[in-house]
Amino acid sequence: MSDVLLKLDTVSKVFGGIRALSDVSLAVPQNRIVGVIGPNGAGKTTLFNVITGAYRASDGDVVFDGKTVTQWPSHRIVRAGVARTFQNIRLFGGMTVWEHLLVAQPHQGNMLRRVLPSRWADPKAWARAEEALEIFGLHNYRDSIARTLSYGLQRKVEMARAMTAGPKLLMLDEPVAGMNHDEAEELRLLLLRLQSRGLSILLIEHDMAFVMNLCHQLYVLDFGALIAEGTPAEIRTNPVVLDAYLGSETAC
Amino acid sequence: MMSTYYAGLFADVGILLLGALSVYIILATGQLSLGNAGFMGIGAYLASYLTVELHWPVTAALLVSAVAAAAIGIVVGFPALRLKGIYLAMATLGFGEMVRSFFLVFEPMGGSGGYRGMPHITLGYIWLWAGGILLLVLVLERSRLWLEMRAVHDDETAAGLVGLNTTAVKIGAFGFGAAVAAICGGLFAHHYVYIEPSNFGFERSIDFVLAVILGGSTVGAGAVIGALLLVLLPEWLRFLVDWRLAAFGGLLILVLLTRRQGILDRTLIARLTFQRRPA
Repeated sequence: MSDVLLKLDTVSKVFGGIRALSDVSLAVPQNRIVGVIGPNGAGKTTLFNVITGAYRASDGDVVFDGKTVTQWPSHRIVRAGVARTFQNIRLFGGMTVWEHLLVAQPHQGNMLRRVLPSRWADPKAWARAEEALEIFGLHNYRDSIARTLSYGLQRKVEMARAMTAGPKLLMLDEPVAGMNHDEAEELRLLLLRLQSRGLSILLIEHDMAFVMNLCHQLYVLDFGALIAEGTPAEIRTNPVVLDAYLGSETAC
Repeated sequence: MMSTYYAGLFADVGILLLGALSVYIILATGQLSLGNAGFMGIGAYLASYLTVELHWPVTAALLVSAVAAAAIGIVVGFPALRLKGIYLAMATLGFGEMVRSFFLVFEPMGGSGGYRGMPHITLGYIWLWAGGILLLVLVLERSRLWLEMRAVHDDETAAGLVGLNTTAVKIGAFGFGAAVAAICGGLFAHHYVYIEPSNFGFERSIDFVLAVILGGSTVGAGAVIGALLLVLLPEWLRFLVDWRLAAFGGLLILVLLTRRQGILDRTLIARLTFQRRPA
């Protein structure tokens, strides 16, 4: 397929003597929702950190939108079109929801727009933040300090902040952790709506029902290596995956 | 006509306000600088040299000093990137003392004997600068750049991962803060028309930080309150004679115990100006 948005080519990450990722290759096609699953400690978050430049790959290449971004600093990768959320929510402690939606927007190197009061210097940014409030249903919490909100709402603020950066690829690290069933279903529909507008999504999730009902393609990580890939239906019946999750019958 | 006594005090308030703002700007990105008296000293000596030896007008001398100090601030900002919290505070303290000792042995500008001959400036001129820069900071606080600075302050890693260039933001803040401190120093030199290295020691840096922490470290307007209190309170407490400074210290502790964020914060400003704002 030529319309691959994100491609990892035999990426490894070594911490001291520990191989957190070994030779991981995966692809996220344009306009698709791809999931990464695996037991705790399999290297999923490390994978996210390598893609977004928080860690540098020890080996292999990360190619995004035709550009090799392996050595880029995080902020450049974000500006190229990759935005993410965090497993343990990372909001800015002193900021309101509204401020979160302004701060991550690109300013296209326009210094005046950046240093003048944004209310009148950058009406486009205001409009985009308004739109994000709308999409994520955060209108009632506009002027609340984001950290004081409920867990589910904080996750939404994080996603909304990521979306205001104008990404082509949205990366979500356990987006439904701490959400109840209704909230998770609401989020699933929201992500499908974003995808229908042309967004690609790569997500890590432990909630199997959520993943199986949402993703087009799944990758399974175990001990830092890919052990399977395929559609949700294929993964569900894959013996290697069942083995990793449940332990094999012959074990012990 | 204001009495010369109060005129002198308000000149001190204006100068301290600029020093406090120079700390506030850097602190807004989460970096505590205990060396801003060093930037102040650089501004004082350079501006004085330009007006006395080269006969420049004061305004031009201040502007050039600000640019020069900003360049030095940026140079200092780079190693500061690798330090956090008390380690950064100690390193900046070292920088401030380095500048002071430099002027102590720098004979062309008088060394320990000090330097004089600067043209005197008026209280109005001091406040033109202090008010102008205060206004600049208050306007900047409503900008996206200031949000970026607050984001770096709150969570630097997350700031980078939402697309902000944290290196540029932190170094830029150091440069901007240094420029403001230099203007503070230039005004100081042309107000007192005599400077010596001990004017720019550690106590001066502490005064700046104290004004910010007392007045409110999360809003620019806090620096005004802090500077006013720090200059006027010891005067108003004169009736306590020898107990004056002890009483001042006690009041300071009391304020910090009851309001850790300082006297002014966003919630209080919103209440005073009748805006709807977060709880």
